Amino acid sequence: MCGLCGVLGGGPHWTDGATGVDDPSARRRERLGRVATVNRVLAHYALRSDDWQGSAYLLSNRTGKTEIVDNLTHLWQAAERMIGRGCDPLDPALIERLGMDRLGRGG
Amino acid sequence: MSRLPVNVLTGFLGSGKTTLLQRMLASEDLADTAVLVNEFGEVGLDHHLLRRVEGDIVLLKSGCVCCTIREDLGSAIRDLYSMRSRGVVPPFQRLAIETTGLADPVPILSTVMGEPVIRHHFRLGNVVVTIDAVNGGFHLDRQPESVRQIAVADRIVLTKTDIAEPHEVERLVGRVRAINHAAPIDLAGDPNLDIGGLLSSDPYDVGSRGQVVADWLRLAGEEREHHHDHSHGHDRNRHDAAIQTFSVTLDEPLDWTAFGIWFSMMLNRHGDDLLRVKGILNLRGGDAPVVINGVQHVIHPPIHLDAWPDGDRRSRIVFIVRGLERERIEASLRAFLGLSAL
Repeated sequence: MCGLCGVLGGGPHWTDGATGVDDPSARRRERLGRVATVNRVLAHYALRSDDWQGSAYLLSNRTGKTEIVDNLTHLWQAAERMIGRGCDPLDPALIERLGMDRLGRGG
Repeated sequence: MSRLPVNVLTGFLGSGKTTLLQRMLASEDLADTAVLVNEFGEVGLDHHLLRRVEGDIVLLKSGCVCCTIREDLGSAIRDLYSMRSRGVVPPFQRLAIETTGLADPVPILSTVMGEPVIRHHFRLGNVVVTIDAVNGGFHLDRQPESVRQIAVADRIVLTKTDIAEPHEVERLVGRVRAINHAAPIDLAGDPNLDIGGLLSSDPYDVGSRGQVVADWLRLAGEEREHHHDHSHGHDRNRHDAAIQTFSVTLDEPLDWTAFGIWFSMMLNRHGDDLLRVKGILNLRGGDAPVVINGVQHVIHPPIHLDAWPDGDRRSRIVFIVRGLERERIEASLRAFLGLSAL
């Protein structure tokens, strides 16, 4: 459990809580959508994530190092451990990359 | 099972916190409340006392259970809940915690949200902060904890306005607003002050949530106008100069997935400096607005409102941050939200 954010492993995370989706297949679609979106950010750090049995995320780097994490809070902590530096959403290089990514995809 | 709200009452030494607490303990509005205090002696309970339950626990005439914190806060909360379950104390419906004057309230909030046993039975309610009109400015100058208390407050009670000069009161209100523009400020001397409402009016109380969120948005709107007019007029000192309060308005409905990714990443890297984030979101694909509310790393579960509190259906988020640039936060948020447009 993360003492700071109060997230108990296996319990619902606040990022899961707003859409009010109860249908399991819709939840799964939502989860896969989250994986796809978070991968666009993780690409900046040469990392990727995959859904792991609908209940966790498998984070990996290009050399095959992997870690299973329960939720997005733990995912960013694991990502920082894996790359050995901070993952800062305010980093201008990341913001620029996300903007370019969007333009490149016609967004 | 509905979880019991936990209120935190904090404020600097001499800020009128104890006086407010005494009024609360005597009020019938808190008849079903248990209060954890530092010391009985400070509060002066004798004339309110009905009977002593155990050494550290007394029952007051108002019906309120009062208990001192012997060891750590987590044990005190768990013990009190255990006595409630066993019928040793009345089945209180709310818990209020008085902090010491120098306390940073955030670790207390983390205890409530972070300990699984406590979190199972309790949820966070309003953080109520007292600040006195005579010495409040001095405390803000000298004590960073005082600035933090104001920054995380849901409700601010200004005390001793009767013995302060009007210009002192006005100046202090300006400073408090510059640290936290989204918390209503009440006057302790106001005979119509709703003591019960200070604790109970929060976004998780079905009866008052619409009004509470409307108040946030109204105050955020006033701040925007104020920011344009007088943003450089405040006398900012070394502690509160680094703290900035601002609102971000998003015209288009936003994607919760992208927002959650951004916010979780922000909390991970800058959680200590995100003193408060709260607001109302218009989510893509949903009619009902969603309320978000967080104090540093402590995030309340998002909740749905039945209806929009005003005619404006744009997402509006209030930030109270320390040492982070507003422009960069906004640029980052918009870049992440843009990911979902693909």
